[in-house]
Amino acid sequence: MEPPPRDPASVSRRRFLIHTGALTTGIAAEVRLPMSEAAMPAQAAGGESEMRLRVNGQVHALRLDPRVSLLDALRDHLGLGGSKKGCGHGQCGACTVLVDGRRINSCLALAIAQEGREVTTIEGLAAGGKLHPVQAAFVAHDGFQCGYCTPGQVISCVAMLEEARRGDASAVTADLDAAPLLDDAEIRERMSGNLCRCGAYVNIVAAARDAARRA
Amino acid sequence: MQPFAYLRADRIEDAIAASGPDARFLAGGTNLVDLMKSEVERPLRIVDISRLPLDRITETREGGVRIGALVPNADCANHPLVRERHPLLSRALLSGASPQLRNMATTGGNLLQRTRCYYFMDAAFDACNKRRPGSGCAAREGRNRIHAILGASEQCIATHPSDMAVALAALEAVVEVHGPRGARRMPMEDFHRLPGATPQRDTTLEPAELVVAVEIPPGSFARASTYLKVRDRASYAFALVSVAAALDLRDGRVHEARIALGGVAHKPWRAREAEALLRGATPGEAAFDAAARASVAGARPYRDNAFKVTLAQRTVARALRVAAGIA
Ligand SMILES: Cc1cc2nc3c(=O)[nH]c(=O)nc-3n(C[C@H](O)[C@H](O)[C@H](O)COP(=O)(O)OP(=O)(O)OC[C@H]3O[C@@H](n4cnc5c(N)ncnc54)[C@H](O)[C@@H]3O)c2cc1C
Ligand code: SF4
Ligand code: FES
Ligand code: FES
Repeated sequence: MEPPPRDPASVSRRRFLIHTGALTTGIAAEVRLPMSEAAMPAQAAGGESEMRLRVNGQVHALRLDPRVSLLDALRDHLGLGGSKKGCGHGQCGACTVLVDGRRINSCLALAIAQEGREVTTIEGLAAGGKLHPVQAAFVAHDGFQCGYCTPGQVISCVAMLEEARRGDASAVTADLDAAPLLDDAEIRERMSGNLCRCGAYVNIVAAARDAARRA
Repeated sequence: MQPFAYLRADRIEDAIAASGPDARFLAGGTNLVDLMKSEVERPLRIVDISRLPLDRITETREGGVRIGALVPNADCANHPLVRERHPLLSRALLSGASPQLRNMATTGGNLLQRTRCYYFMDAAFDACNKRRPGSGCAAREGRNRIHAILGASEQCIATHPSDMAVALAALEAVVEVHGPRGARRMPMEDFHRLPGATPQRDTTLEPAELVVAVEIPPGSFARASTYLKVRDRASYAFALVSVAAALDLRDGRVHEARIALGGVAHKPWRAREAEALLRGATPGEAAFDAAARASVAGARPYRDNAFKVTLAQRTVARALRVAAGIA
């Protein structure tokens, strides 16, 4: 159960994490604010904020406008250009990354909202100079043409294997409670959040099928 | 994007206190950030509610299921309590968006997502009463293939795009909200509203009110239920028409029926007349076709969406057959 609303008296001790350009607070500092409507405009919008992002196991201290998406933070501020911007509106999956192990569209995530979370990008998949098995499967099966959608496809496929392992169902799973079997119909549905304008789907499905078999 | 101040709340009352007319709550961000990029939404303050402790699914004392406002759609669909008792909701959720988006999207955000009307989503169009009250409605005389056939008004013919909300309407869920003046609960049916003369308001939520949870009462609809979604492509697309159908079958008859339609109105459309027709009926084509006709009673199509009147009836009839196991 969620905690019930606390007694109104405690509202006088509101605690917030405030990030604005006007207020140059330290990272994760607790700021106490008299939060009356009259007081609010004092925190003008605009300007940059300090933030810490944990990406591929490394913590980065950044000063960014709170409007910056996680995708733009990765690409333009951390030099991690693997994640791609296909649409910027959640419609293509080229920007797919893992946040705390779950696949998300980084173009619709604000970078500042990811503090304290672990971001994994395509650059963080290979370990010890060895390709991740899903990367290897995409290479072995030619699961791409131009390669633009590929980082998103690979990350998505890694997450798909984990979701299936823990028993998540998809829209085409006949029995919600049965352990999912990653046949081609399941793979197509579970990978449907990643579009490929080159139409390399046949080989993408083959790569995913192979990766699923080895997983 | 309009510049904004970012605040992260870790208590419900803080989030409510920090809200206001120029503020928006940020949950998964999949709709809000999208609309902010297009400058359809231009908040001066973002109150990040994603860390609030509203991310659990629990059983209520009455045997219902309580879903926290911040439970990701993916987790809700796969939670044992939801899967077993309300597979209709699991199915509706799994039919929506993509795996990535379902990981981000939350219960509260899903209910409060805005319409996908092209003229609303593109701020370059002048006429949109929902976006700019009093500016007119470009969709009425424009492209309106995805628009409403039921319950629309002179001022707005938009539809509500959520799949989850359609299932919750059929399951008679209750929405719990907390606000500056305390907590209140309302049935799903009273949460979203018809556009009338004020299409800028999608719901009956007051400013600064926060959805904290949705509760589904116990029911006997688990077995004979289905969510049927018809769309332009097999996946990763919004519904043209969708139907949540649930039957409580006893001794070869329909004891009770629930039918809600998506993609046809400004809110999940509960087909009460059709439900009444089914009560006591023998499940079968005759009863289901009659219910299908009643589901679209009063439909008023526009230039491009007359197909929805037929499609909705066929979808209702088929959903009922699937639910009854005679498809
Ligand atoms: C490409 C694409 C395809 C999609 N396809 C589908 C589909 O097929 N079916 C479908 O149903 N949906 C679909 N969606 C929509 C998606 O489901 C919604 O965007 C999502 O559910 C919104 O949840 P969120 O947590 O991300 O909300 P946010 O974007 O964080 O918030 C949305 C709105 O709700 C408000 N809000 C959020 N939480 C609360 C709360 N607890 N209390 C009060 N206000 C709150 C916010 O202030 C904001 O105004 C799609 C989206 C995209 C981008
Ligand atoms: S249908 Fe509604 S949302 Fe679309 S243009 Fe008309 S007023 Fe705007
Ligand atoms: S760039 Fe994020 S989904 Fe297209
Ligand atoms: S390989 Fe070119 S977009 Fe997929």
